[in-house]
Amino acid sequence: MDWEYFLELFLGGITRGSIYALIALGYTMVYGIIELINFAHGEIYMIGAFTALIIATVLTMAGFNQVAIVVIASGAAVLYSCAYGFTIEKLAYKPLRNAPRLSALISAIGMSLFLQNYVLLAQTSDFLPFPSLIPDFEFWEPYAHIISSQELVIIITTAIVMILLTFLIKFSKIGKAMRATAQDMNMAMLLGVDVNLVISATFIIGSATAAIGGVLIASHMGQINFYIGFIVGIKAFVAAVLGGIGSIPGAVLGGLVLGWTESFFAGYVSSDYEDVFAFIFLVFILVFRPSGILGRSVSRKV
Amino acid sequence: MKLFTISEIKKSFFIALWFMFLTFPIMVIRVNTVENEIKWRWENMLFIGLGSFFLSIIWRYTIEKKEAGEKKSETGKSAEISFFQQVVETPRFYVPATIVTGIFALVFPFIFSIYQTNIMITTLIYVMIALGLNIVVGLAGLLDLGYVAFYAVGAYSYALLNHHYGIGFWTALPIGAATAFTFGILLGFPVLRLRGDYLAIVTLGFGEIIRLVLENWNEFSFGPSGIDKISRPGLFGIELSLHGNIIYTYYLMIGLTLFTIFVVNRLKDSRIGRAWIALREDETACQAMGIDNTKTKLTAFALGATWAGIGGVVFAAKTTFINPASFTIWESIIILCIVVLGGMGSILGVILGAFILILLPEYLRAFSEFRMLIFGAALVIMMVFRPGGVISEVRKTYKFKK
Amino acid sequence: MNKVLEVKNLRMNFGGLSAIDTFNLDVSDGEIVAVIGPNGAGKTTLFNCITGLYTASSGDILISPPDKKTKSIIGFKPNIITESGLARTFQNIRLFSNMTVLENVMIGRHCRLNSGIIGAIFRPKTTVNEEEQVVQDSYDILEKIGLEKYVNEFAKNLPYGAQRRLEIARALATDPFLLLLDEPAAGMNMQETKELDDLILKIRDEEKISILLIEHDMSLVMSLSDRIIVMDYGKNIAQGNPAEIKRNTDVIKAYLGETFA
Repeated sequence: MDWEYFLELFLGGITRGSIYALIALGYTMVYGIIELINFAHGEIYMIGAFTALIIATVLTMAGFNQVAIVVIASGAAVLYSCAYGFTIEKLAYKPLRNAPRLSALISAIGMSLFLQNYVLLAQTSDFLPFPSLIPDFEFWEPYAHIISSQELVIIITTAIVMILLTFLIKFSKIGKAMRATAQDMNMAMLLGVDVNLVISATFIIGSATAAIGGVLIASHMGQINFYIGFIVGIKAFVAAVLGGIGSIPGAVLGGLVLGWTESFFAGYVSSDYEDVFAFIFLVFILVFRPSGILGRSVSRKV
Repeated sequence: MKLFTISEIKKSFFIALWFMFLTFPIMVIRVNTVENEIKWRWENMLFIGLGSFFLSIIWRYTIEKKEAGEKKSETGKSAEISFFQQVVETPRFYVPATIVTGIFALVFPFIFSIYQTNIMITTLIYVMIALGLNIVVGLAGLLDLGYVAFYAVGAYSYALLNHHYGIGFWTALPIGAATAFTFGILLGFPVLRLRGDYLAIVTLGFGEIIRLVLENWNEFSFGPSGIDKISRPGLFGIELSLHGNIIYTYYLMIGLTLFTIFVVNRLKDSRIGRAWIALREDETACQAMGIDNTKTKLTAFALGATWAGIGGVVFAAKTTFINPASFTIWESIIILCIVVLGGMGSILGVILGAFILILLPEYLRAFSEFRMLIFGAALVIMMVFRPGGVISEVRKTYKFKK
Repeated sequence: MNKVLEVKNLRMNFGGLSAIDTFNLDVSDGEIVAVIGPNGAGKTTLFNCITGLYTASSGDILISPPDKKTKSIIGFKPNIITESGLARTFQNIRLFSNMTVLENVMIGRHCRLNSGIIGAIFRPKTTVNEEEQVVQDSYDILEKIGLEKYVNEFAKNLPYGAQRRLEIARALATDPFLLLLDEPAAGMNMQETKELDDLILKIRDEEKISILLIEHDMSLVMSLSDRIIVMDYGKNIAQGNPAEIKRNTDVIKAYLGETFA
């Protein structure tokens, strides 16, 4: 067995998995609180990537230096993704909070369709080359043939985001309010938790991590278009379900497992059927273990 | 609610500012990374500002009105019925309307061009498959986002049978329907015990799997280049000109559509139809009342698939060329839009929905690039303000001797 | 007397929590049995176990339909249990709100009918007759319950008390030999409760249906029940006729705490 190839696939899997995990967080957090599959979440990350691209280009032409561009463009991506996440919730989901779940899901699909075409019409349907925001580090040169410095940055950034998020959920006031709301929204409301605020915060945090994932994946892939949100969004959702929807460590684990399976499948079997495999994986999980790896099975409330 | 109080205007003003900020990078700046050019489109910001100012007023006014309406219906008074609904329910209007529509449909190919007739055939295919999806989504409440997969199964059944064995349209029609039905059962069996939103995602997954397989399995499906020279529908072996064949296909579609309407209408108020609706309304209570949920879901799912299969066969015969690009997830979503916008569960609503959604972009070419944008917005707006669709479902009433 | 329902050593655990703990209960033919107990005692869970919505962790549930052999219904799906003759109502009303009142009752008849897809499309004589029969039967049930004036209304537009009665009508339509009522009087005023009292007696006496009910309204329980079973923390802490239960100190303890006993 070729160990170096194996290692390459393994690390490639972690890179992919990290990005899936970053986007899966948004699905998992939103689902944990309002039990909605936020179909438009993939579009949030797409808008984050577009914002970063636009701002970075403007800054490059204005002659800013590399570090400033990276910081400002990423900041703008996060800011705008959060703003979109917040607005979408207010427009398309909040009025439907007491409606049947199917209605909210259809509304989410509508939002996803709208945002894709909004970017398509306002920008372009072509693929745009995305500037490499992450430089190649010189000190990493000796190991770059196994894992590039870009991939390294992706993995480290994901790890930092996850740790910060865990602290936020565990110890901050809003984190506690979020957990309470996820347990029982009505009870939380009675105990004085501002549920609207909690839901908004959930969308904002989820959007922020999606934007970070968006910038990372875009600079890794080197190009973007209006459609990138859809397929990665679906895969991130698979990751969230795989790990156990509603569970934050589950999203990370699910992302990694999906990243590895895809990477190994493409590396050893066939890259043509990579997406088919991801979908088959999804079907199997939902059918045989709908509660995911880390999720607990929920008995229906009667 | 007073529309133009100071506070309302102030609110709208801030909302307008918010949207101007929100849409700034995407709407105003356009970068060309190849030639390193930046185009600033400040005029867009103005449009967004003005647009969101007025829309936000309308939005809040409508939400308030809707909430007031909900309160009213809670206190016992029934919710208002739309003007449209009233027209539909009054025999004085609908009897002549049906006759006029019928005559119009019959003479259509003789007063309009072949181009128009072709569009009408497409619309009728959509009417038929949307009525099929209406069984699944509208009546049984199962959100199926992979419906187009069955449409593809029907189309490819005919295309492949025709290509390899020269089998004709009429033989392929029942085969295509049966294949789609079988796929419906096979796919439905494992997934139908899933909860509503999981079901949506799994069906979406199935739809994509089938499309990706068709795209990649060149030996079987000829890959992305598709299959061409599929035979048009035959008429007892009579040779028809292209023109004649299109007219023939048109009447064929009218016939199939009428058949679909007949069947769905009969199913709707039957024992099985009632079980579907009960399932949609409350799954737990439905099962507790002695209904076998799995069986009921499976019949709905497989029947819906059958109609998609029939639609697929006609589609392949009409266009004489198919490839996987005709069967993307967006096709499923357009069909879903037809059902949702028209009115879930209502046959007339779905027919109307198909005509609006397929014909409007066809005739308003200028607006056709905004088609998907408008569909998306319409789905959201519909769900927020009128989840029942343009025409809501009507239930059969019974009379009793006192 | 013949026992129509027997619950033996039933246990139901959710994770580590035991909601029902070695619980025993039986209902004889033609009897009205009430299960009472503080909130969270496991009463609705008991109903869910009996009607198959939950599968009990251990123990046995036996039914004896009239003229049929006694059988265990553990592990049966809810629809099969309903078909065997157990029908229930829900504590939080669960009608099919966008169907008419008549259709709600017709759904109850579903498992007693046979027509399928082919019948629905071609409408042969048998299907037409069956449909006419089910409409008439359902109307008769509505008349018995006193809801005939609402026949073609949507269920969601009914007043609260009528919705509770419609739940009972829908359950009756399944042709049960035992009816399980989960807090039928919840939210009703005195007048409505009185009418409900009469209705339940009428169902028992005229339809020959045994009744098991959960109820918090003590005046209703005391006037209606032949036997009362008191449940607390998933256990059976007392049982007897209304007079005995009134005197039982354990019951008073469970409801009011130690100091009152």
